Amino acid sequence: MKLIELYSVTKIYDETIVPVKAVDNVDLQIDKGEFTAIVGPSGSGKTTLLNLISGLDQPTSGKIVVDGTDISTYNEDELINFRLHHIGFVFQAYNLIPVFTAKENVEFIMLLQNISKSEREKRAIDFLDAVGLKDRINNFPTELSGGQQQRVAVARALASTPSFVLADEPTANLDSVSAESLLDLMEKLNKEHNMTFIFSTHDEKVIRRAHRVIQLRDGKIEKDVLMN
Amino acid sequence: MTTYIKLAWRNLWRNKKRTLIAAASVFFAVILSLIMRSMQKGYYDYMIDSSVRLYTGHIQIHGKDFWEKRSLEESMLFDEAVMHKLKENKNIIQILPRLETYSLISFGIVSRVVQVTGINPDLENEVTKLKDKITDGSYLNENSKGILLAEGLAKLLNVNVGDSVVLYGQGFHGISAAAVIPVIGIVRFAIPEQNKSFTYLSLTFAQEHFSAFDRITSLSILLNDANEIESVKTFLKNFFDDSHEIMDWAELSPELVQSIQIDNASGIIMLGILYVVIAFGIFGTIVMMTAERVKEFGILISIGMKKWKLALVTTLETIFISFIGVTAGALVSIPILLYLVHHPIPLTGETADAILEWGFDPIIPFALYSGMYFAQIWTVFAIAILSAFYPINFIRRLKPSVALRG
Ligand SMILES: Nc1ncnc2c1ncn2[C@@H]1O[C@H](COP(=O)(O)OP(=O)(O)O)[C@@H](O)[C@H]1O
Ligand SMILES: [Mg+2]
Repeated sequence: MKLIELYSVTKIYDETIVPVKAVDNVDLQIDKGEFTAIVGPSGSGKTTLLNLISGLDQPTSGKIVVDGTDISTYNEDELINFRLHHIGFVFQAYNLIPVFTAKENVEFIMLLQNISKSEREKRAIDFLDAVGLKDRINNFPTELSGGQQQRVAVARALASTPSFVLADEPTANLDSVSAESLLDLMEKLNKEHNMTFIFSTHDEKVIRRAHRVIQLRDGKIEKDVLMN
Repeated sequence: MTTYIKLAWRNLWRNKKRTLIAAASVFFAVILSLIMRSMQKGYYDYMIDSSVRLYTGHIQIHGKDFWEKRSLEESMLFDEAVMHKLKENKNIIQILPRLETYSLISFGIVSRVVQVTGINPDLENEVTKLKDKITDGSYLNENSKGILLAEGLAKLLNVNVGDSVVLYGQGFHGISAAAVIPVIGIVRFAIPEQNKSFTYLSLTFAQEHFSAFDRITSLSILLNDANEIESVKTFLKNFFDDSHEIMDWAELSPELVQSIQIDNASGIIMLGILYVVIAFGIFGTIVMMTAERVKEFGILISIGMKKWKLALVTTLETIFISFIGVTAGALVSIPILLYLVHHPIPLTGETADAILEWGFDPIIPFALYSGMYFAQIWTVFAIAILSAFYPINFIRRLKPSVALRG
């Protein structure tokens, strides 16, 4: 089942004197249940590609269909709402609201979805349990390690019951042990709940864990390989 | 909503020191402006009260056109019966009948035009403390056939107590009024104009001298509560017929009203400056709180927080900072102002002497009105709302993809 479809998508930044083709005529399809890495050196267009998929950026040309909808037809508010209900996000850093505890952070996304208080609390605890932080639910982000913070971000992403999770370099700020264990967690959630993960990285160890690797270079897909 | 309030409140304390400094700037500015306002209002109240007591009364009744023409022809009949009837109104605490006119005064070869006021000596002293102004000789009594001269006038004429002056002028209906009258006392006035031209006779003697039997030119009325002026005016308008005019202190002393207005305007300019301080305190903090959270805003919008919800949180933050300051300032100022209202700051030294001479107490008085507080709270609220537009506009224009790249 097709989850994400990109047809001849190009993104040109022309804010500078020399226009930059950050994404260059990309055709791409991602199916439900994938565990896919977008890889490539810095500046190859990973972030831009992910932002186009989530509607945070608009393509210069081409068509992007997510969950069966052409997202170019959405206005700003509709895009925000679309992301809220369809996409879980994990960013490289500063994911969490620093003045909220782990539990409050996870609850917050469900508040945005107008889920009832009791349901929010129950799910927040369940998801924090699922990412192995049951005993950390009342800790503030500053009281958690970098790896734990990323786990809370994953719990938050899942709590919104999205169609897929987008993670832009989720391990970039982590030591290798924490990075491995975050990948373990994501892989487990992918296997057990069939949750689709699309993450960017330029870390070899992380790339090895992906089931599909899409290699970017200068905004073009250089390689697209399925791993065993 | 509670979550957004919680978020806004906790955000404030991410930088405790800065929030406290911003709130403190509001706090001190509010206290300062309240004290300033209290002092100004207190001063106005005091000026009005003193002017009313010492000079005009709250309300005056004259014969029609007297205030314009100042002639005995516009005088009115007055007797004890009127006095008693008026006193039945509970708001009226004192009634001063006066007969005022102008006359020529001569001693030796020097002549001057002076104001002659016929007074009820006891009543007059009760209200205006005229007796305290005597510097030489004695005060009048009801049957005195002597005259009190202002000190400056006595000097001009080179007259002493015990000498007799010639008072020569026109009485009621143009009957000539001339007499040789002994000077029984000298009174000193702080206002030079008065000190050069005021003279007093007892009312009965004045009525006799000016052939204005049973007549007076004005009735000064003192109330126990200045807020009752309008109701008493209505009462008096019904009491007296059309051949009288009834004026309140503001109509009698337009200069006082005007000088209060001018002073008040300068006070409002000072307030404006204080509000600019408040505005900078709030606005500066809000700008910094916005600038350092660009990435966070980007993430929140990315994960699905509507911009208006985020703007709501930043607006709450602005309102909280302002209200911590304004509430604390208002609360702390209440006991301070209450104290000052009951313990006006005493003045000492030469200033005090000068003020005493003008017939005022040497104090800096304060006043406390709830309206002063409402004005403060509303103004700070308005500043907060205006400041809140900065993050609102910032968020409106924020592109999350750009914010995320920081
Ligand atoms: N807002 C922007 N304005 C101009 N150029 C940009 C902007 N964002 C990204 N780029 C450029 O687009 C290219 C791809 O960037 P990016 O998608 O961030 O790559 P990656 O995430 O792989 O490092 C780079 O050359 C980058 O400089
Ligand atoms: Mg990137």
